[in-house]
Amino acid sequence: MDVRLTSEQRQLRDAAAKLADDLGPGSVQELSDDDRVARLDKAVDGTGWRSLRADGASGVEVAIVAEEFARGLVDAAFGGPVLAGELTRHLGGDAAADTIAVAGHARDARGARRALALDGGRVLAHGLGAAVAGADLTRHTAEVTGAPEPLGTLQADAAGRWSALALVVTSADLVGVSRGAHALACDYAKVREQYGNAIGSYQAVAHLLAEGLALIEGSVSVLRHAAWAVDELGPAEAVRAARIAKLYCARAARTVCETAIQVHGGIGNTWECLAHVYLRRALASTDLFPVRLEDIHSGLS
Amino acid sequence: MDFRDSPEEAAFRARLRSWLAERAGTFPAAGDEYWARQGEWHQALYSAGFFGLSWPKEYGGHELPPVYDVILDEELALAGAPARPSLGYLVQGLGRHGSEELRRRFLPGMIDGTQRWCQGFSEPGAGSDLASLTTRATREGDQWVIHGHKIWTSYSDVADWCLLLARTDPDAPRHRGISAFIVSMHQPGIEQRPLRMINGVTREFGQVLFDGATVPADQLVGQPGEGWALAMTVVGHEREPSTLGFSARYGKLVRELTARAGERVPEELAWAEVQAEMLRLHVRRRLSEQLDGVVHGPDGSLDKLLMTWVEQSVGHAALAVGGTDDPELLGAYLYSRAQSVMGGTSQIQKNIIASRILGLGA
Ligand SMILES: Cc1cc2nc3c(=O)[nH]c(=O)nc-3n(C[C@H](O)[C@H](O)[C@H](O)COP(=O)(O)OP(=O)(O)OC[C@H]3O[C@@H](n4cnc5c(N)ncnc54)[C@H](O)[C@@H]3O)c2cc1C
Repeated sequence: MDVRLTSEQRQLRDAAAKLADDLGPGSVQELSDDDRVARLDKAVDGTGWRSLRADGASGVEVAIVAEEFARGLVDAAFGGPVLAGELTRHLGGDAAADTIAVAGHARDARGARRALALDGGRVLAHGLGAAVAGADLTRHTAEVTGAPEPLGTLQADAAGRWSALALVVTSADLVGVSRGAHALACDYAKVREQYGNAIGSYQAVAHLLAEGLALIEGSVSVLRHAAWAVDELGPAEAVRAARIAKLYCARAARTVCETAIQVHGGIGNTWECLAHVYLRRALASTDLFPVRLEDIHSGLS
Repeated sequence: MDFRDSPEEAAFRARLRSWLAERAGTFPAAGDEYWARQGEWHQALYSAGFFGLSWPKEYGGHELPPVYDVILDEELALAGAPARPSLGYLVQGLGRHGSEELRRRFLPGMIDGTQRWCQGFSEPGAGSDLASLTTRATREGDQWVIHGHKIWTSYSDVADWCLLLARTDPDAPRHRGISAFIVSMHQPGIEQRPLRMINGVTREFGQVLFDGATVPADQLVGQPGEGWALAMTVVGHEREPSTLGFSARYGKLVRELTARAGERVPEELAWAEVQAEMLRLHVRRRLSEQLDGVVHGPDGSLDKLLMTWVEQSVGHAALAVGGTDDPELLGAYLYSRAQSVMGGTSQIQKNIIASRILGLGA
């Protein structure tokens, strides 16, 4: 047993982190900087990471990129295209410019032309309609339009693994969000002074942030197992591992993001502070492929 | 001890209930529309005789026992109406620290809702550490001239008056150099910059820049240097759900969520209901205790924590019921995060409880 990342995986992580740091939104204003988003999108395109799976990458590599992108609030599509690619990979089609449709909406729809839904094993392609306002300020949701075009049917095993991968991608997103929000709060706690000291020097603040780090460490561990399990365990076990990761990472992310707001005080409750952008992304990733506690013991669905 | 209404209380409750039934659904209870029409709601409540219940008659109140406020909160929650305007802490601040002349001049308009107020305490550099505030008031002839930057000032865009803290003696020890003023918001030398909350609401609070605004000397509250005492009265009451009337808001939301949830009540919602009921009963207890006289102690910090936990568990229940798809419920959740910051953060409340009630030093 050795559950460390390989050196190639660490390189992938560093490359994804660098891209996110260089081109992700550094502030709320930058969310509406269309030039930046276009450059980011182009850079993501250039990496070929949206078709990682088709190129033979494991769930672990997908999770690595998803996590770093969420940490940097990357507002170009990634998870949607990857999951769409995973559907067409089995059917032998071309997934370029596709994303996924879940619960009647196209998700992570920036730049997408079609949205693929998995409906009881059948893969259906939908057209994209108008944008839908949602909680998430970094990823787009859109209506789906027209009669769905059937693309084929996935074997039960492949469908199960797809569900596991979907949970892993959103769990990795949650871990990245936690890390990003936590770093934002730690940075602020070091510079904001009240009563003559940095607020991070007060135990009330320091302990909140220390707890946040512990939650992140726990999240990383469950995520890593679930990401590995996508390809290495049977589908039922992979889904179970992914559900556990999703539940844990979602709770942790909400707490960590709420803490980030709290540490910022009044500013944390304003639109201009990035803390709520993280929180909103966490809520959206929790709601996408949601898992309830009572689901851990139920079978594949 | 008796949790039941007296005959007078029951009659009041019945009158209030039928008045509310007539107005059902006419006032928005959340979002920017709520803030926009809050003044109208205040005046409607007041003119029907349902606001300022425990305050002195000479300022427009009804001099009823404090528990009438809990009847008001409970009925507002039941009717799904907006909460009562939460300005009791300003009434207490001015009532306790203002001269008879200032009280007569300003309390009636504050209570009947014809004059709107905001509280100009916090500054960018002075939040938890309020005593580090740097807004200056300088005496020039028979007026004071104000320079400084306030932030998080709730309702500043609609306010006629601001209860402002400013430093009048930069050489005095920091708590003693602060004075309180009643500043007209309708004058040059005041610039308003609205702030957008994380739920998208823009009318909740703003920044207020004072650059040469003036205050007549007779609108100084108390003596120069007495501002800190007033500030402590105000923030003490700002922490009390019995003063704020927020329990109505939670009760209303829990009822709405329960109606929406249908068969499957998420655990978060059941817990929020328990919490909201705790607060309703807590307010009954606190208001009953006021029959022995209103106290201004660190107990407010306990109440503030309890209230914060209730609001935030109701927020989590809203998420559990509506997910991220319902903008109103998402907004309620996001708004709930501010409760552990406004009126003094939860960390500060715990510091106060630990040091002033438990005697744990620091
Ligand atoms: C919705 C809302 C409405 C408001 N309305 C008004 C208003 O009408 N008028 C007004 O004057 N103000 C208002 N405020 C301001 C509010 O009182 C301040 O935001 C609050 O006191 C915190 O100050 P701050 O934002 O500067 O945070 P900071 O004081 O910078 O706090 C940042 C973090 O550090 C922590 N911290 C700071 N000092 C300590 C310490 N000694 N020990 C432990 N932890 C510490 C805090 O708990 C917080 O987590 C409002 C705020 C909000 C959110």
